Amino acid sequence: MIVRREFAAYFATPLAAVFLAVFVGVSAGMTFFVSGFFDRAQADLSSFFTWQPWLFLVLMPAVGMRLWAEERRLGTIELLMTLPVQPWKFVFGKWLAAFAFAGLALVFTMPLWITVNMLGSPDNGVILASYLGAWLMAGAFLAIASCISALTKNQVLAFIGAVIAGFLFVMAGFDLVLAAVRPWAPDVIVQAIASMSFIGHFQRITDGVFEASALVFFISLIAFALWLNVQILDARKAA
Amino acid sequence: MPNGLTLVETRALTKKFGSVTAVDGIEFSVGRGEVVGFLGPNGAGKSTTMKIIAGFLEPTSGSAFVAGHDSRKDPIAARRHLGYLPEGAPAYPDMTVADFLAFVAGMRGLSPKEANRRIAELVESIDLAEVWDRRIEALSKGYKRRVGIAQALVHDPDVLILDEPTDGLDPNQKHEMRALIRALAPSKAIIVSTHILEEVEAICTRAIVIAHGRMLADATPAQLLAMAPPRDPNVPQLVRTTPLEDAFRHITLEQAGV
Repeated sequence: MIVRREFAAYFATPLAAVFLAVFVGVSAGMTFFVSGFFDRAQADLSSFFTWQPWLFLVLMPAVGMRLWAEERRLGTIELLMTLPVQPWKFVFGKWLAAFAFAGLALVFTMPLWITVNMLGSPDNGVILASYLGAWLMAGAFLAIASCISALTKNQVLAFIGAVIAGFLFVMAGFDLVLAAVRPWAPDVIVQAIASMSFIGHFQRITDGVFEASALVFFISLIAFALWLNVQILDARKAA
Repeated sequence: MPNGLTLVETRALTKKFGSVTAVDGIEFSVGRGEVVGFLGPNGAGKSTTMKIIAGFLEPTSGSAFVAGHDSRKDPIAARRHLGYLPEGAPAYPDMTVADFLAFVAGMRGLSPKEANRRIAELVESIDLAEVWDRRIEALSKGYKRRVGIAQALVHDPDVLILDEPTDGLDPNQKHEMRALIRALAPSKAIIVSTHILEEVEAICTRAIVIAHGRMLADATPAQLLAMAPPRDPNVPQLVRTTPLEDAFRHITLEQAGV
């Protein structure tokens, strides 16, 4: 029920169409013009997937920002939270709808996959794994965005907060973040933070190493963010 | 434990937002067949009390029971017995009336068949046929409020909590809303908040006056009237007031100051 309503809500406004167009357009643009898809003369989609973490960093918060902030602004959160339904079901359902929407966006980029098959013979297993990895990564961005969205009734704030949180995760493997931690934190913590890197995990998948650790990483991050989301809603009741 | 006739009960209900005490030791009970009006100035704690009973907020201390279920310890069971119209009758603007009611019915666990039957009844009794296929964002205030009531009634609850159900309605719509509440009254326990005093006389069997989070009176409309201070016939009334208004002003302004 909740998944269906939320999914339909995306298409109630032109937002969905605009979003899908921007996503597919920018994805293709990056692939062809910035990464030089044709110049590389390689039959793979790595020039497409390299950009996904960065695109998601901006676009997934745009999808997730409304999930709770809008309920709060409209006051409909009072309806939801007084229905005889456990709050985690709403949290999960809303995330699932956003996740399905992200999946749809990825499906719309599949002509690229077809193109690359017409031009050469890529490793379709790797591409499929990369698509699944990208989808999971989108799910992680969305879970973070949903969680932050529960903190405010202002969608713009939810968006900015989600981009910042997502940025930290994307950059976790880079020196920009690590250098800030290294001087004072023990090595274990530095490594723990480095291992949170979205790009690190995603790259291993697109390199063709579809190892369990990346899978477990994204899934547990999603589970944790959604758990936190439920806690935030609970805390708001007692506030 | 509340007995079978008592459908809503609060015990020493208190809610603090930071250092502000919004609800301060409110204690009352409502039985089947009663329509209790919450009266009080704006910001008196009426909505907060209703939100706690509905389970949207948790009390800082004290407890609220709906049909015998503690709203905090057993929230799902309590909510099953409860229909709630939040202030302003919020609803999803992008949904049609039909979709929205079906959504709420589904979330309340009604089977599609049951939901259709119930919704058909409500469309009749609340007169929603005309706007059935319209998006909620396109509805007038009166229709929006009616959709909010329909949403609260979809599962035929024992307890109805209506936060300002007639606010913003025109006189005809107000009249219809009151007639509807009166018609529902015999089989339910209903709590209505309002700051329209005539409403209390029109529909309520009892009135609870709240100001500054405290309960100042719990009486029948007739008893409330008796609390009005006698008028001095020699003092000309610049603003004409009804006896009930006199009582309300007396209770909320003078007693609250004590």
